[in-house]
Amino acid sequence: MIVELTVNGEPRVATVPGSVSLLTVLRDELALPGSKNACEQGECGSCSVLFDGELVCACLVMAADCDGSDVVTVEGIGTDEHLHPVQQAMLDAGAVQCGFCTPGFVVAAARLIETNPTPDAGDIREALAGNVCRCTGYGAILRALESLAKGAS
Amino acid sequence: MEIVRPTTLDDALAARDALPGADLLAGGTDLMVEVNFHHREPEHVIALRRVSEIAGWEGRRIGAGVTWTRMEKGPLRALAQLSRTVGSPQIRNAGTIGGNIGTASPAGDGLPYLAALDAEIEVASAGRGVRRLRWDEFLVGVKQTALRPDEIIIAAILPEVMPVAEEFAKVGVRNAMVISTVSACVMRMPDSTWRIALGSVAPTVIRARRAEELLGTTAAPRGSLLAEVADAVAAEVRPITDHRATEAYRRHASGVLVRRLVGRCAA
Repeated sequence: MIVELTVNGEPRVATVPGSVSLLTVLRDELALPGSKNACEQGECGSCSVLFDGELVCACLVMAADCDGSDVVTVEGIGTDEHLHPVQQAMLDAGAVQCGFCTPGFVVAAARLIETNPTPDAGDIREALAGNVCRCTGYGAILRALESLAKGAS
Repeated sequence: MEIVRPTTLDDALAARDALPGADLLAGGTDLMVEVNFHHREPEHVIALRRVSEIAGWEGRRIGAGVTWTRMEKGPLRALAQLSRTVGSPQIRNAGTIGGNIGTASPAGDGLPYLAALDAEIEVASAGRGVRRLRWDEFLVGVKQTALRPDEIIIAAILPEVMPVAEEFAKVGVRNAMVISTVSACVMRMPDSTWRIALGSVAPTVIRARRAEELLGTTAAPRGSLLAEVADAVAAEVRPITDHRATEAYRRHASGVLVRRLVGRCAA
């Protein structure tokens, strides 16, 4: 099946095999491997994307249902030259260990900062509740976003 | 696989009529897990998220397509509380009340609320039109409902008489991304009667009728009555032992949860 959608601001056409997820199409058909494939059941958040503006797990979106949708992946959050403030804050705080969960955290955190530029510690924890870091590197991630929020307030 | 993407209820019902075995797709938070794990390989899918008639929430009528994120921000206290406990922000942005009803898991977090209210489930088909079933007519077993193969869940219909106090709580192993070990919803009604519903302690969500009777119309139950209510709840739930908890733990937790929630609802 052919699906036309917008990914990171660009119109894309994807060939969708059967009932596969948006995550599979992003990675295997559209050459966007930033969104990571781990749990495939919406528990880990490593495939977090913005789908028509809302934060969702791409593994739980049926790609065949994406015709006409607008998707933003981690590749659309910042560029090599201009990191998103969330990416810069995480870099400054050393908020990356193995890095596998990082794209999901970046997308979720960018969405948080977009909707609430000055979140408190509770807001940050709640917004990231769907993202799991197997290295348990939460401390540095939370510190990165708390300092970003403090800078904005 | 073939997918139909209707934008009106009529078109959705026509598709359902033409493809009675089709899988219904709303938020995808249940269906896609089965697909990803190869437990289900849909031949036909009817995608419902563009159907405007089921997307809205007006007063007592909560459209099947209303997401947890919307209910979390809505005016109904216990519904907002329970919505806040579902999955994670990602899951709450996608998952819907209609999906929760249709999946009919014993642990469905929205179901104790509907049971406590004696809410009705509105369904429709192209051939027979609309019908409403009370929650306990609709939810008939573990992941079993009275939905016919040509029907689609349209809305949850709340009653005209709403509680003066309502509280929800659940027990799980962590705060986010957790399936309920026990969940409970307690309500105090304008006529001073009580409603108690529990999830994850029987094949379907259940009402604790014996405990409701014990409370009678006592506005502020205390001491020995509260203890009796907790014991009655623990006795009348029908939990199993599984990987999440033992039967004994679930009985105990049921009593504790209800005792606390009755305290919070007391006048």
